[in-house]
Amino acid sequence: MSWGFLRDLLSGVNKYSTGIGRIWVAVVFIFRLLVYIAAAENIWKYEHDEFECNIKQPGCENVCFDHFFPVSHIRLWALQLIMVSTPSLLVVFHVAYRENREKHHNQKLYKSPGEIDGGLLCTYLISLILKTGFEIVFLVLFYKLYNGFKVPRLVKCDIRPCPNTVDCYISKPTEKMIFICFLVAASCVCIVLNLSELSYLIFKYSIKCYLKRYIKKHQ
Amino acid sequence: MDWGALHTILGGVNKHSTSIGKIWLTVLFIFRIMILVVAAERVWGDEQDDFVCNTLQPGCKNVCYDHFFPISHIRLWALQLIFVSTPALLVAMHVAYWRHEKKRQFRKGDQKCEYKDIEEIRKQRFHIEGSLWWTYTSSIFFRLVFEAVFMYAFYFMYDGFRMPRLMKCNAWPCPNTVDCFVSRPTEKTVFTIFMIAVSSICILLNVAELCYLLTKFFLRRSKKPGNPKHHPNHETKEETKQNEMNELISDSCQNTVIGFSS
Repeated sequence: MSWGFLRDLLSGVNKYSTGIGRIWVAVVFIFRLLVYIAAAENIWKYEHDEFECNIKQPGCENVCFDHFFPVSHIRLWALQLIMVSTPSLLVVFHVAYRENREKHHNQKLYKSPGEIDGGLLCTYLISLILKTGFEIVFLVLFYKLYNGFKVPRLVKCDIRPCPNTVDCYISKPTEKMIFICFLVAASCVCIVLNLSELSYLIFKYSIKCYLKRYIKKHQ
Repeated sequence: MDWGALHTILGGVNKHSTSIGKIWLTVLFIFRIMILVVAAERVWGDEQDDFVCNTLQPGCKNVCYDHFFPISHIRLWALQLIFVSTPALLVAMHVAYWRHEKKRQFRKGDQKCEYKDIEEIRKQRFHIEGSLWWTYTSSIFFRLVFEAVFMYAFYFMYDGFRMPRLMKCNAWPCPNTVDCFVSRPTEKTVFTIFMIAVSSICILLNVAELCYLLTKFFLRRSKKPGNPKHHPNHETKEETKQNEMNELISDSCQNTVIGFSS
């Protein structure tokens, strides 16, 4: 999988972020993307080949694997990374729109196109809410699909064409569980960072607004 | 594997490191990351496929493999490298913050700002003093802690650093005690010992760097309070040279010359 585009996107987003936003980019980049590419992908590489059922009945293994892994952990993880990084594009588009407007009118309309105020602040807040939303949705999806974050060594399967209840063994369950826990922990850290950034921005701009009104009143 | 991005991030930190820090970075990239990517991955590539148990019982091999290798060596090393490289980011963030502040001062037209243009601020190398010293020292401390923790975890999980050829397994559904054979045990032992040795070298480098920084800190503190001998080295040398010249002049002209002060 070529993750170069995501890397470029995240580097671009870094320019228009607050301090906490930059920490979020670093966490996503190092503890999620890099761990995914460097370690996790290889663990799940042969998951289907190494999934073994105690039966010779053709088709039983395929059906059981499909039943227990409707969407593989690694694909859900990749989707989560993509969906969580994409709302930042809204901010990049908005800044590009501002710069375009300035060029079109040939005059300085904004103090700085990358400064987080006015419309860009709303876009930034919306992107933060979307990011947090996606994180939570994927965590819940993970939990519901796999009945928790634990990967069992053995699963019992009795779907046709398996003749009776058959024992099926998952490959590398402990290693998979360790990395899933790591993924969940990184996700939670990102949620906390997003919520802190949201509160910080709302607090900062409420104070700014309040002070402006206070000064106006006394003038 | 995409270690190139980590290389880009850490390369930036290299500029602001001490000499020992630069050696540490070189050791990290050449003897650890490169060896991991170029050699170690291939050695461990077929670890489960070629892990063979002396039984036809389906599932026994999977369960035994999972029992003996809760987390593969190669993944543990990858995690160790990621965690050990991360504290350097603290330094990178601190430097970026300082640069941002200087750029802000420059834009405001602050007269205290000694830079001629923004390019100079971008290229400037900061010395490790003040709050940057604390950030740098904490990053070295965390690096040490992570290295030690991972080495211990390795030792604890695999009962030493040797990879045995044969493992005896009796986890269910294996019918009895079953012999399981690990693929390429000698090659894996060699690489494990290599990685442990390089890890130890990195720990030593970090300890040396920490001692160097602490020594520098205490020396600076002892020189500070109104000590007249507190000059940078090159000025003292210039003074000595000038004094020698003056003595020569005074000797030749037989005049008394009062010593210079900087």
